[in-house]
Amino acid sequence: MPNDSAEAITTKIWRETPEADNPFAAADCFCSGYDVYGDLLKNASFIDYLFLLFKLEPPTSQQSALLEGLAIALANPGPRDHSVNAAMSAGVGGSTHASALIAALSVGAGNLGGAREVFHAMDYWQRCAINLQDWQQIINSPPEEGRADVWLPMEHPPGFDPNGISCTTPVLKTLAHLVEVGQTPHLVWLQDNREQLEACAKCPLAFSGVAAAALSDLGFLPEQAEMLYLLLRLPGAAVHSLEQEKLGWRKFPFFADGFKLNP
Amino acid sequence: MPVHSKLEKFEDNWQTSMGGWFPNEKVVLRGKDVFTELNDKPWMEYLLFAATGKESPKIARLLEAMWVICTSFPDPRIWNNRVSALAGTARSTGVLAAAGALAVTEATVYGLKPIKGATDFLYRADQRLTKGENLEQIIKAELKQFRSIYGYGRPIVNADERVKPMMEFARSIGCGNGKFVKLAFEVEDYLSATRLKYQINIAAVCAALLADEGLSPEDFYHMATLAFTAGAMPCFIDACKQHEGGFFPLRTSRLNYQGVEQVRHWRCKA
Repeated sequence: MPNDSAEAITTKIWRETPEADNPFAAADCFCSGYDVYGDLLKNASFIDYLFLLFKLEPPTSQQSALLEGLAIALANPGPRDHSVNAAMSAGVGGSTHASALIAALSVGAGNLGGAREVFHAMDYWQRCAINLQDWQQIINSPPEEGRADVWLPMEHPPGFDPNGISCTTPVLKTLAHLVEVGQTPHLVWLQDNREQLEACAKCPLAFSGVAAAALSDLGFLPEQAEMLYLLLRLPGAAVHSLEQEKLGWRKFPFFADGFKLNP
Repeated sequence: MPVHSKLEKFEDNWQTSMGGWFPNEKVVLRGKDVFTELNDKPWMEYLLFAATGKESPKIARLLEAMWVICTSFPDPRIWNNRVSALAGTARSTGVLAAAGALAVTEATVYGLKPIKGATDFLYRADQRLTKGENLEQIIKAELKQFRSIYGYGRPIVNADERVKPMMEFARSIGCGNGKFVKLAFEVEDYLSATRLKYQINIAAVCAALLADEGLSPEDFYHMATLAFTAGAMPCFIDACKQHEGGFFPLRTSRLNYQGVEQVRHWRCKA
């Protein structure tokens, strides 16, 4: 038996009771007071449970619909996406399946279209809310860290695509759907002011920007949003990696003629 | 509709001077033939050249000593090594263990953030001293803006047992007497006398030693990326060879739950 001074894991998320015959196995697990295997398993959707895990409170039906819509929009960025491409690079070489997801996370974590961009965009929402002048000011004079970090500085306004020409159809359709199901303030405002923001940013709104607005409306913190964005984009990485594993490296671009070594 | 993609010029066109593989012919790194010009380099010198473009047996030797003395503690309780040990006890693979452990070393209270941050601080402090500010002003401003200074203070214990052997080794190869090392210890003199009582930790010592050799914060960051490998790997191997799941198992009573106490009931599906 552990003594009273045994080191413990402190948590507001999870409580367990032991099996009668094994103190190292849980009999009942409670997530923020809800019986996971006696109640949530039968009655909650995956999206509801995901929300509960992060927020410790159940979502309203509107919040649930909003998160579900976002989850579908993000689930597969497609095989041209950097993070999915990374996972496929694991697949074609016959790497471990875990490495495919590690590859997708490593690449999909970044400032360009990745989770760190969502983190920064969430920070912008916290600073500017729905004030167009504040947004224009922060886009024109982005905050500076002041000291070096392992993350490189942003090279474009977070939430916008520096390589885009106009806002893409999937981004527009996602924004429209999320506005329709949520009618939440940041998303509605973003839809109404998208063109002014894009003119200021000199590039179009991206998925990361829509996700940041939606996750702000759902009350997520920037670091929670960063984690969720990483999680929600993994399904596409997984399936494309598995598909390429079957097809093999011969059917995957090697860019044999596209590489030029300069002196 | 006009087509004017910003990416079109990059399509099937990656130009670089960094290096590449020419099948059945050669491998080039930073303009040098790996098989004929770099083939006899020790691995650390090759890594230094790859990451920074510098060719210096002295810096490579200094870095190698840092990897041994400062970053290769084979203790599975240390958080990055714990990932490796957990991978072992859970019977994952050695490379996945190393990948997880190395990713975790990009931490705030130890590892890569202090390594890069301490080098950056010393360079910025030196610039400000050159402009006429005094050290107290610089340190106070840093603490006011960031509430901490990378390279000073340490979790678990305050003093850092690595400082003395690292400095002894550095001096044995002719390092350790430059302006950044002097500055790093002057900052410690100031901080240790404040209420914070921060002592210098090994990140600031290594940062100063390497800054005196001309390495930038980015150089040191890249050279430190793999520095923790030799600590993590034995933790995985050890855990693999012991009882499956036997690494610090936790009974349910080891959860100190501080959340909602009452049992709640989920709304039923419509």
